[in-house]
Amino acid sequence: MCTTEKPTPLEIQTRILARNDDTAAHNRMHFLERGIFAVNVMGSPGSGKTAVLEATARAFNGRGIAALAGDLATDNDAQRLIRAGIRSRAITTGQACHLDAELVHHELHHLDLAGIDYLFIENVGNLVCPAVYDLGQSANVVVLSVTEGEDKPLKYPTMFAKADLVLVTKIDLLPYLPTDLDAIQDALARVMPDPRVILLSAREGFGIDSWLAWLTKCRSAMEVMA
Amino acid sequence: MHEYSIVQSLVDSVAAAVPSGAIVQRIEVRIGEVAGVDCALLATAYEVFRAGTLCERAPMTIERIPARWECPRCGGAIAPGAFLRCTSCNEPAHLAAGDEIVLQRIELEVA
Repeated sequence: MCTTEKPTPLEIQTRILARNDDTAAHNRMHFLERGIFAVNVMGSPGSGKTAVLEATARAFNGRGIAALAGDLATDNDAQRLIRAGIRSRAITTGQACHLDAELVHHELHHLDLAGIDYLFIENVGNLVCPAVYDLGQSANVVVLSVTEGEDKPLKYPTMFAKADLVLVTKIDLLPYLPTDLDAIQDALARVMPDPRVILLSAREGFGIDSWLAWLTKCRSAMEVMA
Repeated sequence: MHEYSIVQSLVDSVAAAVPSGAIVQRIEVRIGEVAGVDCALLATAYEVFRAGTLCERAPMTIERIPARWECPRCGGAIAPGAFLRCTSCNEPAHLAAGDEIVLQRIELEVA
């Protein structure tokens, strides 16, 4: 037999993250079967993701909600959420800058989901990498604090393009800052097709009612689909 | 930086696609402008990672796909940097292209 000199092309056209996407689909089915509305909570380090979830835990009186908290190291955020009264487990990623569907799937086996209506997956603080990995969530929520600068959405368009909701946090600090909320809205409208924004102060409780109403509405819509 | 984990998935995808004994000579990937992947970092990560894998002898070509936002109703294009809502129909825009992270093509030398 002769050796072919000309290379043989294979037209593949396969998603490089297909394995992650398959695991994410498995997670999603797991959530839908149990009526759990899963939220991928993303944002910069220090944007207030854990503070929002602590306020959410208090607002729900700790009932019906659970959380996974991703960080490179420490289980500090999971411990904060346990102290706020909810079931929570840490996912420590080592050097990885994002959660993936397999990490979430593995940790789900260690989290009691009986009676849980909402699962919050607090991603690693990062406005780039977490946007790339589907975890099986029903919604993406990006936490953007008023101290970060109005043009953050323009600098990180992929993250915001994938967001279903943006929580603009720490608004109790607005009297001390030059931050222009209209400029944030303008930036969001250039990277998000249907920008939905809730202004929130986890510390003072402002906006928590709107956030809970959004969650409740989304979960109801999910149950209709399931 | 997640480009190394994408390269790991890429090499796994190549391994799953090629018959045993085949030598991979070249691969082509398509990366969308708003896929969240930096092409230069991906290329660097690939050069570092491919040593000792079945992609060792396979240079990678990256085709960058521009983002294209369109109105889902009238199909009109949204200009880059503009509000992502159709000025005629008032519909939120739809991302028609630009989120690809795709292994497009593999060239093999089959003995």
